[in-house]
Amino acid sequence: MINKTDSKVWRSIRAAIQGLTLSSVLIASAVYAGPPTAEVNTTGLAVTDDTVTVGILHSLTGTMAISETGAQEAEKLAIEQINAQGGVLGRQIKYIQEDGASDWPTFAEKAKKLLEENHVAAIFGCWTSASRKAVLPVLERDNGLLYYPTFYEGLEQSKNVVYTGQEATQQVFAGLDWVAKNKNAKTFYLIGSDYIWPRTTMKLARKYIETVLHGKVVGEEYAALGSTQFGSTINKIRLKKPDVIYAAVVGGSNVAWFKQLKAAGINGSKQTLLTLSVTEDEAQGIGGENLKGFYSAMKYFQSLDTPENKAFVAAFKKRWGADAPIGDVTQAAYEGPWLWKAAVEKAGSFDTDKVVKAEESGTITFNAPEGMVYLEPNHHLKTRLRIGEWRDDGQADIVYTSPYIMPNPFPKGY
Amino acid sequence: MLFGYSFSDLGSILVMQGFSGLSLFSVLLLMALGLAIIFGQMGVINMAHGEFMTIGAYSIYVISKITEQYFPGFMAYYFVVAIIAAFVIAFTVGYFVEFLLIRHLYRRPLDTLLATWGLSLIMQQIFRSVFGGREVSPTLPDWLMGSWAPTPNIDIPINGLFVMLITLVVTAIVILALYKSRWGLKVRATTQNRMMAGAVGINTQKVDRMTFAVGCGVAGIAGAAFTTIASTGPTSGSTYIVDTFLVVVFGGAASLLGTVASAFTISQAQSILTFFMTNAMGKVVTLLAIIVILMLRPEGLFSSKVRK
Repeated sequence: MINKTDSKVWRSIRAAIQGLTLSSVLIASAVYAGPPTAEVNTTGLAVTDDTVTVGILHSLTGTMAISETGAQEAEKLAIEQINAQGGVLGRQIKYIQEDGASDWPTFAEKAKKLLEENHVAAIFGCWTSASRKAVLPVLERDNGLLYYPTFYEGLEQSKNVVYTGQEATQQVFAGLDWVAKNKNAKTFYLIGSDYIWPRTTMKLARKYIETVLHGKVVGEEYAALGSTQFGSTINKIRLKKPDVIYAAVVGGSNVAWFKQLKAAGINGSKQTLLTLSVTEDEAQGIGGENLKGFYSAMKYFQSLDTPENKAFVAAFKKRWGADAPIGDVTQAAYEGPWLWKAAVEKAGSFDTDKVVKAEESGTITFNAPEGMVYLEPNHHLKTRLRIGEWRDDGQADIVYTSPYIMPNPFPKGY
Repeated sequence: MLFGYSFSDLGSILVMQGFSGLSLFSVLLLMALGLAIIFGQMGVINMAHGEFMTIGAYSIYVISKITEQYFPGFMAYYFVVAIIAAFVIAFTVGYFVEFLLIRHLYRRPLDTLLATWGLSLIMQQIFRSVFGGREVSPTLPDWLMGSWAPTPNIDIPINGLFVMLITLVVTAIVILALYKSRWGLKVRATTQNRMMAGAVGINTQKVDRMTFAVGCGVAGIAGAAFTTIASTGPTSGSTYIVDTFLVVVFGGAASLLGTVASAFTISQAQSILTFFMTNAMGKVVTLLAIIVILMLRPEGLFSSKVRK
């Protein structure tokens, strides 16, 4: 007996229903491309079906504003670019921005707010080591993620932080090697701002100078953050006549330091000065004419001639204005959201522990403006070091590029 | 040979160290002069004094930007004009502040302290909103940059010399005005015996207003002079205010000569000590010494008898 539903009419109706169901499922999955929220967020983060929220925490005011403004501009640019490409796990990134105000307790308080009230999936922030150290206990207690963009002193490796800036062995040792070889440097005068990063970095530098380079440190001085009185220090430097002034003066003090150096007649043609803390951001405030002929040791300079960097500089200037400076920390901050996106997509989840596991897999890389960077299992990046010589227009000519340096935040014997 | 350095080396260092001491002296004096007029002569504790300095500094910045853009030929000359402009702008703002705020609080020194503190916060935020949070610097004319080298070993910064010159001129004008002009006579009369001064026909309210405004104007000049040494941000005023009050109180609040003497003592002590010790320790020892001296002599170095 022929079944009523086998008739031609019924077969076409069945086919139509199946086709409709299939196409609506396809359409739905095209519109909503990410995996379901319950899968990617099991720890109560601010994730919905179409959005994920992150935090941006930098100093918009105070003595560090001169250095940190670029970093948060870069992070916002990266987020906008990622969103234009479809976002992370099919979700658009929303950000909540807080001002650390160059005050370390404020950084800790704002980090607490971002993690405990806003439940952000990651924080892109901090600049000084002091701010990072203040935020660290909050991160570890609330199991948050921080992408930290500044070159720093090393001696730290937290599961909750990814360090996209260089640590001391990458920035200090290669730079000292270069200046010892190329400038025949035997005597060094160390000067820095008075907080953990310059003090620890100079400790490492002194050891390296004395044991590896067999040089001599003829003076070591620290000035309070925000200080503008360098007269006596400059006179002491003149007395000792070092081959190299090795400087780690930070933030607004840089302006006073270099202006007073120039006023005292110390300039690039008469004295070699290698600094660890002047990027294009500070150079804009200091003025190229006060920096001419001095050297900076960084992994990135705006003048870097690669197609990725040219595209990055063009996009940055288009977004933030033709006068916006782009320095090493700005570029490292730009890497943060991209690395986070790669780690989240590898983990398939926003949960901190799963993202950390993906970060430590050794497979996360990014074709950054500075070149290819590799996220190592110790949460640091394998990068190159470059030495730039400042011109009087506030840009640097790159005079040396090192081979890739593995990050080693806990060097032996230091 | 002494300490391993030749005598000529030591000699040049002595000259340059002496110069940075004098440079610091002129910086402290310029800052303290405005406050000495306001606090010393009027007894008004103006916590916003640093912000008037910042007004002067931002004035120079704005004028330098305008000159750069519209009158590039005048770059070499704009600075002197800008300093006068800084005085005028700070003077005007001070005039209005006195009229709107300070004159209601003369008999209430603690309230003045609180009110001017609030004013300083408002002004800082205004700077932040108008100029941004980042620190800025004006483009200095060429003749202000670099150093003067009388001998190959000695380098005297030109902007240091410039600040000293300005301090000299301003101090001279202020002392002349206070002790030789009619306005100065009225100010001293009002300070010494307000009631009597009013009784003989001096408009004490107007005198107070002018004095406050002049003090703020001098602060503006100080801020303008500092743009040659360091950059300016919205909170730059708060880094100077403590040292300024220190100089004025240490010198004896009501005495201009005391302010000069105290600025000289503090700057020389700090300069010499920071040469032999580290930066931080030098400052610490200087401050400890000031505390001890103030404990032994609370009225400061030079006290003057005033009948209120």
